[in-house]
Amino acid sequence: MSGHSTYNPSNGFTRWLDSRLPIVRLAHDTAVSYPVPKNLNYWWTFGGILTFILVAQIVTGVVLAMHYVPTTALAFASVESIMRDVNYGWMLRYAHANGASMFFVAVYIHMFRGLYYGSYKAPREVLWILGCLIYLLMMATAFFGYVLPWGQMSFWGATVITNLFGAIPFVGPSIATWLWGGFSIGDPTINRFFSLHYLFPFLIFGVVILHIWALHVTGQNNPAGVEVKNKDQDTVPFTPYATVKDAFGLSVFLIMFAYFVFFTPNALGDVENYTVANPLKTPLHIVPEWYLLPFYAILRAVPSKIGGVVLMFGAIAVLFVLPWLDTSKVRSARFRPLFKQFFWLFLVVCLALGWCGGQMPDNVLFSVGGIDIIVTHLARLLTFYYFFHFLVLFPLLGLIERPKPLPESIAASVLGGKTAAAKA
Amino acid sequence: MADIHAVEPTRRDFLYVATGAFAAIGAGAAAWPLTDQMNPDASVLALASIELDIGAVPVGQEITVKWRGKPVFVRHRTEKEIADADAVDITELRDPQTDDARLVKGIDGKLHPEWLILIGVCTHLGCIPLAYKGEYDGYFCPCHGSVYDTSGRIRKGPAPLNLEVPPYKFVSDTKIMIG
Repeated sequence: MSGHSTYNPSNGFTRWLDSRLPIVRLAHDTAVSYPVPKNLNYWWTFGGILTFILVAQIVTGVVLAMHYVPTTALAFASVESIMRDVNYGWMLRYAHANGASMFFVAVYIHMFRGLYYGSYKAPREVLWILGCLIYLLMMATAFFGYVLPWGQMSFWGATVITNLFGAIPFVGPSIATWLWGGFSIGDPTINRFFSLHYLFPFLIFGVVILHIWALHVTGQNNPAGVEVKNKDQDTVPFTPYATVKDAFGLSVFLIMFAYFVFFTPNALGDVENYTVANPLKTPLHIVPEWYLLPFYAILRAVPSKIGGVVLMFGAIAVLFVLPWLDTSKVRSARFRPLFKQFFWLFLVVCLALGWCGGQMPDNVLFSVGGIDIIVTHLARLLTFYYFFHFLVLFPLLGLIERPKPLPESIAASVLGGKTAAAKA
Repeated sequence: MADIHAVEPTRRDFLYVATGAFAAIGAGAAAWPLTDQMNPDASVLALASIELDIGAVPVGQEITVKWRGKPVFVRHRTEKEIADADAVDITELRDPQTDDARLVKGIDGKLHPEWLILIGVCTHLGCIPLAYKGEYDGYFCPCHGSVYDTSGRIRKGPAPLNLEVPPYKFVSDTKIMIG
């Protein structure tokens, strides 16, 4: 897709460098001359937004690590010292904590965009799988990071999640002990979580490079879901077109980010985490951060320990095989009337699962003829649909659905039936 | 089978295999310390056992002590609680165990059903159950709703097993040693 390089070193130094390390050529081919489909909408700016947040999280994180102490005795106090004493510490920590939430806001939009426009389909399977891998690494990183402030929710969240591994038959308890470095979450645990929390963002960075590489091999998908046929008519150069559009999208996103950091920095957190961890007292209601709630709801929906763990991890694992579950050749939901409706239903189901994950499992929703319908019942129904959507509807819809006619080309879809020649 | 040219292994083949095998052993030998360093070290494993005077716990109350970083419940059961625990048909239990099997003999060689000693960690995902709560007035785990009876046996909810009984023994009528 990228074609051959159009980079021309303009002076003696760049010519000298180009024949030794063509790094300027790489940057030029990647971010300047790279052709992007001309019909990309604002849902496509989230890749750039995500890259920005990743860098921002690494920068604020490296700085916070200069003030944080990973021991059970001092972790909580050192975070409080960051908030009260360290110059601008409050801002850096709020930016980092809310940055994690913003990261997930952006990645969920990015993923649902991929689902809507069929960006996971051939030839972009590897691109999609790399994205799923990044998502998995993000969840691990966020989990490690959430333990570090050593509040009540840090401690008990970590206890619940590490105990998930204890559900594995035979070796489970040994794995849990190995993860903890003791018989429960303690000093060895917080220290290693800190080490891994520092490492994982760089792993994410590495996979992001592979993700962008794979993207630039196949070229971007686009709202019409048809491949680029004529580079001149269907695409525009990344700079200035995509650069400026991404910059505008990023600016709007950053306004929302800044609103959270400066006006309501604890809205997305849990007050319980401002109480120091107490291994002898479980909070009445343990909840993970909002971005993990749908999976937590799935975990709790199953009345069996190992079953819950399997379904929870299965809910993520199923994303990896999506390209092979979808039998439709048509990518964009614009031309798939049935798929489109189920897409919106699926989005609602995911949000509802998230809501269930935040509720007490026994809360009564309503009563029918004396029978109480509780949150767990709803969560079971939603969990069923989550898997039904991917495992049954994805293969089935492609077979029974009659897609609308696809546009001839990207240029034709932009010009609404008029040919590119007529426009010219 | 088609014609196979069975070539005698040469000294070079032997060297390849031997070198590769040695490298694999070396990689394994390097990987093990990197993995095992995360396990609890000897100072953690050698945690001293704790001795506890339980005589001060009144009937119908419970204390919590910390052992190996985990809470241990010491419950002085009432007659009713003991009777409730005994009355259960164990074939109906998820993790069938009689109440007596969850007790330890005192120094007089008899069971003392008034004393129930449990590790206070829910067998589902490790939360700490609340005492005197739930349908059976035993324990209720607030995290995911597991209900235990007055013997600490799982009765409802997602937990697979009964609350664990720690290794302990009576060292006098009112003193126990845990661990």
